[in-house]
Amino acid sequence: MTTIMNDITFSTAEAGAGLKAALEKGRADVIGVVRESAMRGRGGAGFPTGVKWNLAAGAQGDKKYVVCNADEGEPGTFKDRAILSEWADLVLEGMTIAGYAVGAAEGIVYLRGEYTYLVRQLEDALEKRREAGLLGENIQGKDGFNFDIHLHMGCGAYICGEETALIEALEGQRGEPRNRPPFPVNTGLNGCPTIVNNVETFAWASMILAKGPEWFKGIGTEKSSGPKLFSVSGDVDKPGVYEFPMGITVAELLKNVGGGGAKAVQIGGASGNCIPACEFSRAIAFEDVSTGGSIIVFGPERDMLKVAENFLEFFEDESCGQCTPCRIGNTRLLEGIRMLQTGHCSMKYLQELCKLGETMQLASKCGLGQSSPNAFLSIVKHFRNELMGRACVMVCK
Amino acid sequence: MLMTQQDKLMGELKALVEQHGTHRNALIPILQDVQKRYHAISDFAMQTIADLLGIHPVEVYSVVTFYAFLNEKYHGKFIIRLCRTISCEMAGKAAVARQLENDLDIKFGETTSDGRFTLEWANCIGMCDQGPAMLVNDQVFTKVTPEKVHDILEACEKAFGPHTMQTEEEHVL
Ligand SMILES: Cc1cc2nc3c(=O)[nH]c(=O)nc-3n(C[C@H](O)[C@H](O)[C@H](O)COP(=O)(O)O)c2cc1C
Ligand code: SF4
Repeated sequence: MTTIMNDITFSTAEAGAGLKAALEKGRADVIGVVRESAMRGRGGAGFPTGVKWNLAAGAQGDKKYVVCNADEGEPGTFKDRAILSEWADLVLEGMTIAGYAVGAAEGIVYLRGEYTYLVRQLEDALEKRREAGLLGENIQGKDGFNFDIHLHMGCGAYICGEETALIEALEGQRGEPRNRPPFPVNTGLNGCPTIVNNVETFAWASMILAKGPEWFKGIGTEKSSGPKLFSVSGDVDKPGVYEFPMGITVAELLKNVGGGGAKAVQIGGASGNCIPACEFSRAIAFEDVSTGGSIIVFGPERDMLKVAENFLEFFEDESCGQCTPCRIGNTRLLEGIRMLQTGHCSMKYLQELCKLGETMQLASKCGLGQSSPNAFLSIVKHFRNELMGRACVMVCK
Repeated sequence: MLMTQQDKLMGELKALVEQHGTHRNALIPILQDVQKRYHAISDFAMQTIADLLGIHPVEVYSVVTFYAFLNEKYHGKFIIRLCRTISCEMAGKAAVARQLENDLDIKFGETTSDGRFTLEWANCIGMCDQGPAMLVNDQVFTKVTPEKVHDILEACEKAFGPHTMQTEEEHVL
């Protein structure tokens, strides 16, 4: 169970340096540093972390919460698993810094049930931090700064990675996303201001405090600062977890992981986009092709219709069913794929399906339904010739 | 179910609720523990938990039916969850799936008649770089081949032990 990795900056982190630097500053200055770094969330949506923390710090509430989103369910993503296995302390340190910055006393790691094998290791890390005075009361001698973290296990639901569904799950409810606004920074867990950040976001926050915002900003592009971890799988020689600066082109990335000859790359997981070879010069960054880190590579022999089918089966299964465009839409798209597979789909009907996909993007309540048609639409756009007019063959499953 | 068994279960549920608290936020951790201990969440358990938390049983039912890892139906001692998502599919999950069905003599979604194994699909389990991957309870297996399936099942059988047969009680629940 070893994951291939390249040189990852987290290995160079000096234990405790981020928290030490944070506690030497005022709360507002800590947020200032994170804002200055211009880091955007590493979980996929890319919201500026400093802005989020600042909103939560300014929100009124008796209690505040810091939640680490370790629900990592996006197909093709496993970098959070690697981070929690190798550098859990850095994540917990980042959460502690966030707790200090926004004035929260309670932190929660929402860990997906599929990662239960990480629990013992994480509980040990938490206990060690308590013993070392890095969690608990008056942390590192800082009067009045009390913060502790506990684990909460997920129950096998991809949708609970969406931050408001995650909060519903923490409150003992079905994981059905809420309307936003109000946003969790104002009305989150138990109605209190809550920040929800990705595992990787907390780890970088810790390093930004230790090494300064200029270091982070010096890497990546103007609109997407810093390094990023990518989970690379599929038809490559060396699948694994890789760190690259934001803004790297698809072609460069492929060169580094042994993905020569690829016909397409799915960027951003099932909810991301499928990029054909003619667009490999595009940059992986929030301003071009954005991703939470999932890179799935398809070799020349792969049937793109099967890829689309696999993704839509995933969404049909994982849709929470709360709103119609997503609940019915994903089923209809999947049926359409089955029609294409048996060679029974007219161009007119395919166009209808594409329109339905666009409606889902606009009318769904949360990110799942808004992004579930992406893969279908991009595959239809780039590989239409491969999809249409198939001979009716027996589909052997 | 015998009255005494119900009383016993009631006592155990009360202890669980005491441990986690009666706040609504405790519902899922309570249900996770019930699932782990009894391999299913029965109507009786749902009703009892609802009473103890002061909520309607339908609230409990709606939560149990939402999450993949909470089940009304009895699940085996070993729950095998094979990843069906794209990277594992490309790595050859179909052959592993077929072999699991053959060796266990059940289909996906079913439990063996001796109550030992349940076979299910999982969506991406975060092992995409080492597929085909599957979970057996909390343990992860990577780069599984049809040939390895047999060894894994055998290890489970061994862990189960000849003398630790499923108790009557657990079956009823
Ligand atoms: C369907 C869905 C699933 C998501 N799953 C995850 C996840 O597993 N991990 C994660 O960090 N963010 C996930 N997100 C994004 C979160 O809603 C949220 O934006 C993120 O946790 C914020 O953290 P960040 O700003 O640090 O990225 C998901 C969003 C949607 C719509
Ligand atoms: S878009 Fe899908 S997952 Fe999101 S709320 Fe609607 S039905 Fe649920």
